Amino acid sequence: MSYAPTPSQTVGPFYGYALPFPRGGEVAPAGHPDTITLHGYVYDGAGNPVPDALVETWQPAPDGSRAGAPGSLRHDPVTGEVIGRDGVAFTGFGRVPTDADGHWAVRTLPPGGVSYIAVAVFARGLLHHLYTRAYLVDEPGDALLGALDPARRATLVTRPEADRTYRFDIRLQGEGETVFLEFK
Amino acid sequence: MPLTEPLPDGLSQQEIDTEVAKAQASAAPSDHPPRDYPPYRSSHFRFPRQPLIPLSDPEAVELSGPAFGVTDVTALDRDLTRQHIGEPLGERITVSGRVLDREGRPVRGQLVELWQANASGRYAHQLDQHPAPLDPNFTGFGRCLTDDEGGYSFTTIKPGAYPWRNHVNAWRPAHIHFSLFGTAFTQRLVTQMYFPGDPLFAYDPVLRSVTDESARQRLVCAYDHDLSAPEWSLGYRWDIVLDGPSATLFEEGDQL
Repeated sequence: MSYAPTPSQTVGPFYGYALPFPRGGEVAPAGHPDTITLHGYVYDGAGNPVPDALVETWQPAPDGSRAGAPGSLRHDPVTGEVIGRDGVAFTGFGRVPTDADGHWAVRTLPPGGVSYIAVAVFARGLLHHLYTRAYLVDEPGDALLGALDPARRATLVTRPEADRTYRFDIRLQGEGETVFLEFK
Repeated sequence: MPLTEPLPDGLSQQEIDTEVAKAQASAAPSDHPPRDYPPYRSSHFRFPRQPLIPLSDPEAVELSGPAFGVTDVTALDRDLTRQHIGEPLGERITVSGRVLDREGRPVRGQLVELWQANASGRYAHQLDQHPAPLDPNFTGFGRCLTDDEGGYSFTTIKPGAYPWRNHVNAWRPAHIHFSLFGTAFTQRLVTQMYFPGDPLFAYDPVLRSVTDESARQRLVCAYDHDLSAPEWSLGYRWDIVLDGPSATLFEEGDQL
């Protein structure tokens, strides 16, 4: 690797009119019977919800394809406004800002071939985004999970709630701190 | 672990400068800012205290990434001066450059997003209460796809500097926020581009959080007279290199 990388900087507090887009969390085609909900809260090291974080998700399609598909940010052809997905194509990409109570939610389809959804977190105060994974089930043979002690491992595994809903809280710091990843 | 307190409110610029110097002296060499950076007070409760878990797995989903195409941008999205009925106030500029990976290969057909304050230093965001005028003809965000050479180009106006409450008399140097995608989710980048020769560089803990001087310089665009259009706009060039492994790097067996 010969080219020196461009450094990261914080997303800051004012990305709200630029990065979030309508139906950014509606990754599953509209009304798809296999739709699951992945949701949770982002907390800081004082235990307070983070109301200005941005959560992005990326995952394979149910058939295991990792090619993704364009069309997350479709435009109204008349006004040019972003109106989001067409409710048919599965793009694999989700982007949602946290709400005033730190909550976010993505409705998607189960990923094919793996048991996790990749997650990136951006926030004011965070100078470089963080990666983690939301495992829909605790995968016994998973190399990453297997290398963690049980308490830390638990931070990567979602908690099943009502029908097809999975809870995944992200704790940036302190007690119960989420495992964050560095890709080599 | 007992909670520690962030640096107090109301520090002077000189006191923040002292904290910047302390952080600079203790920083490990890195291209990226440390997430634990006390002079940027908002970071205090928002960085993980546990080390990141290294992961080197050629099968990782994160070595692939989202795709974008003609449905995701319009030709007008790259011109921030044409989003309203009238022309925005300010100095019209173009910002152009290339997006590359660490091998120097162009990142093709990927999404570049930017957002910024207006010429007076005010964001079109309800939480920005800086008493500078909003511009009814400027929102301040745009997007485009990179071309076959990794090239991107935006037309906008030069943003103004603005105050913030990190410490007393804290001012951010003029900057444009950028969001970039590579071929892999691991290459995701959100950053800020600065303008050459800004006198506020030395006072800004966000820029100074990049503790390596040469890395910091890579956040500053270059004035490029050949990119200036006669009687129309001033041209700036800024090339971007995305960090992080990708599937193609693994395929080629490169040293990671």
